[in-house]
Amino acid sequence: MKTWVTPGGVHPPENKHQSLTLPIGTLPIPETLVIPLSQHIGAGATPCVEVGAKVLKGQKIADAAGMFSVPMHAPTSGTISAIEHRPVAHSSGMLAPCIEITSDGRDEWIKHQGFADIENATAKALLQAISDAGIAGMGGAGFPTAVKLNPGYRRPINSLIVNATECEPYITADDSAIRERAAEIVEGIGILSQILGHPSNIMIGIEANKPEAIAALAPHVVDSGISVVSFPTKYPSGGEKQLIYILTGQEIPSGELPADIGVVCVNIGTTYAIKRAIVDGEPLISRVTTMTGDACGINRNYDTLIGTPVSHMLANSEFQEEACSRLVMGGPMMGFSLTSADVPIVKTTNCILAPSYEEIPDDEPAQPCIRCGMCAEACPVSLLPQQLFWYSQAQDHERLEAHNLFDCIECGACSYVCPSNIPLVQHYRHSKGEIQKARADKVKSDHARERFEFHQQRIEQAEKDKEAKRAARREAAESAKAKAADASNKAAGDADKPAANSAADIIAAAQARAAAKKVSPEQQQAKFERSIAGAEMRLQMAKEKLADADASQTEEQKNILSAAVEGARQKLEQAQLRLQEHINAHSQTKNGEQVD
Amino acid sequence: MIETIAQQPILAALVALVGLGILFGGLLGFAAEKFKVEGDPIVEQLDELLPQTQCGQCGFPGCRPYAESIANGDAINKCPPGGQATINAIANLLDVPAPELDAEHGEEAEVKTVAFIREDECIGCTKCIQACPVDAILGAAKLMHTVIADECTGCDLCVEPCPVDCIDMLPVEEGMKEWHWPAPPTTADLIASDRRPQL
Repeated sequence: MKTWVTPGGVHPPENKHQSLTLPIGTLPIPETLVIPLSQHIGAGATPCVEVGAKVLKGQKIADAAGMFSVPMHAPTSGTISAIEHRPVAHSSGMLAPCIEITSDGRDEWIKHQGFADIENATAKALLQAISDAGIAGMGGAGFPTAVKLNPGYRRPINSLIVNATECEPYITADDSAIRERAAEIVEGIGILSQILGHPSNIMIGIEANKPEAIAALAPHVVDSGISVVSFPTKYPSGGEKQLIYILTGQEIPSGELPADIGVVCVNIGTTYAIKRAIVDGEPLISRVTTMTGDACGINRNYDTLIGTPVSHMLANSEFQEEACSRLVMGGPMMGFSLTSADVPIVKTTNCILAPSYEEIPDDEPAQPCIRCGMCAEACPVSLLPQQLFWYSQAQDHERLEAHNLFDCIECGACSYVCPSNIPLVQHYRHSKGEIQKARADKVKSDHARERFEFHQQRIEQAEKDKEAKRAARREAAESAKAKAADASNKAAGDADKPAANSAADIIAAAQARAAAKKVSPEQQQAKFERSIAGAEMRLQMAKEKLADADASQTEEQKNILSAAVEGARQKLEQAQLRLQEHINAHSQTKNGEQVD
Repeated sequence: MIETIAQQPILAALVALVGLGILFGGLLGFAAEKFKVEGDPIVEQLDELLPQTQCGQCGFPGCRPYAESIANGDAINKCPPGGQATINAIANLLDVPAPELDAEHGEEAEVKTVAFIREDECIGCTKCIQACPVDAILGAAKLMHTVIADECTGCDLCVEPCPVDCIDMLPVEEGMKEWHWPAPPTTADLIASDRRPQL
């Protein structure tokens, strides 16, 4: 079958034979297992058990948090001994939420069963089962598999590619799994094909350096429509985009997913996990992990329970700590150094490498870039690593993005060939992080600006509203006054006076008011009489209250009440006095008029 | 008329040039009206670069007024929350040398902070709510207030008005999601054949 050749690439020493001398082994069950809640891309799972609870092997201990997440299951039977932050396999060395299980040694399975009728099961039911089994991509990234297999609105899938490349040196987890479990893997591929609606093209991509694995697959794929495609060994052929190009000649545009060109690519370990989940009903609680490196007496693959501490694995592999230069999770090219051996194996851990000082010596100090261009020749994505290094040092984010930094797959081929020992990938990772942080900050500052502008607008609006209210009140008061004046004009029978309707006619209204006061002594008198009546009533009420209170109230309260009575009486007297004065004055005016 | 012009080359040239002048002048005038730029785009660009904490440490009531002031020739090193990165970006935009941060306006914070109200001690005076430029504090009169940490820009403006001093500025904790690779040590300025740098 025709294959395509990716640009660049390197040929580091393979070092795969050491761990292939023995078949896949099993480790004794460790005393405690630590299961990180976030072993996949997306939201971490939420614990659904309490500390002290007894759990059986395969029992769910954490629920998926939303669509883009997977649940976690107990890898063995035992007791939940802690739910807390623990060191996990992460380059930051930070702690992350984990569930610790103290095993009871019985390794007792929870009741489980697979699908009764797989052939007639709907894709939806199968996807749900895959999601419930906690399966996330086992090749390294840990993308939730059910999400990947359900591209939904995207283009229909016409190719299913199973990634058995395993291009990184030292790692043989997939190789040994194929040798021993080829039938089950092919069964898993069949289920995948059914979920994807039987794509026309099903390929297993495998490097030519695994003849035993290719031979093991051959009898099982006869007449199944699956083709095993081998291609020359080169690092990195196992990257998703690289493998798709090698097998189909199609490139995935920058920033898009394989599903956008109708391809789904899954790791071969994942297909095995899918078979176990669908056919046997077993969740993902173990995986094949390579234990290798010269600092270990035993180099082999183990069927490791998820959550097994790395130290447990080392202790069972004749590990010599003093001979080990560093502990690496993953391969020598893309793996990362562990800060502690207490971290657990997770769903994406394909290798623990314990190399001697001869195998992987300490980093040589970096020398200046001499612009030899070897990195550009090695880059499998056709980037310009030396330019990226330059801009990364200058923190020139704009140019880094213009040079497609985010298409870098961090394979480490450039660092591998660099004659100056420059840790190029670390520079790119740092710059990617900085750019992402800057983007997040930009989003945040735009949001803050919006809120600030809204805040300003709201305050201005409140001020305007207040001003408008004040104006309205002023106007209302004026028009009320004008109306009152108007009414009194009419009452006085002075038809000649113009009505002060408009607010602008303030002077006229004032004059009218003055006139009204002058010409309405009867009204004035009526007003005084009304106030006298009111005062009388209040006096009456105060007296009554005082009378009622006599029996029950205290001295102080009585004083208050009698003071009220006194006050009311004074007011009444005042009102009466005013009325008297008014009447007197009025009669004098009348007299005066008569005199005139 | 046309004949006279054709026979007099100077006149012809004059007419042609004046004609062209009028034509292109008209075109330019039309374009100036039609494609008129609203406002000052440099202010927008400067505002984009400022961190939008609205803290007022620069002496202006918010980031935009400072951006306007920079556009009118003010110093570009008055923004402590933005720090040297912002100064560099503005210097790059305006094509001027980047000065150091003016210490008079404050120092660049090592870590980002957000306000936190000790709720037991809050008396519900609403003074911090009025001070917050981005409406990140929730509460009502005589009821406890609290800060929406995601909206808080860490501007400090709420700390001063609090009569009972129950507001703390706490550093934002960096989790695994925020973590990113540190920069590797810079390469030594030595060639391979020369002596090795001291490790």
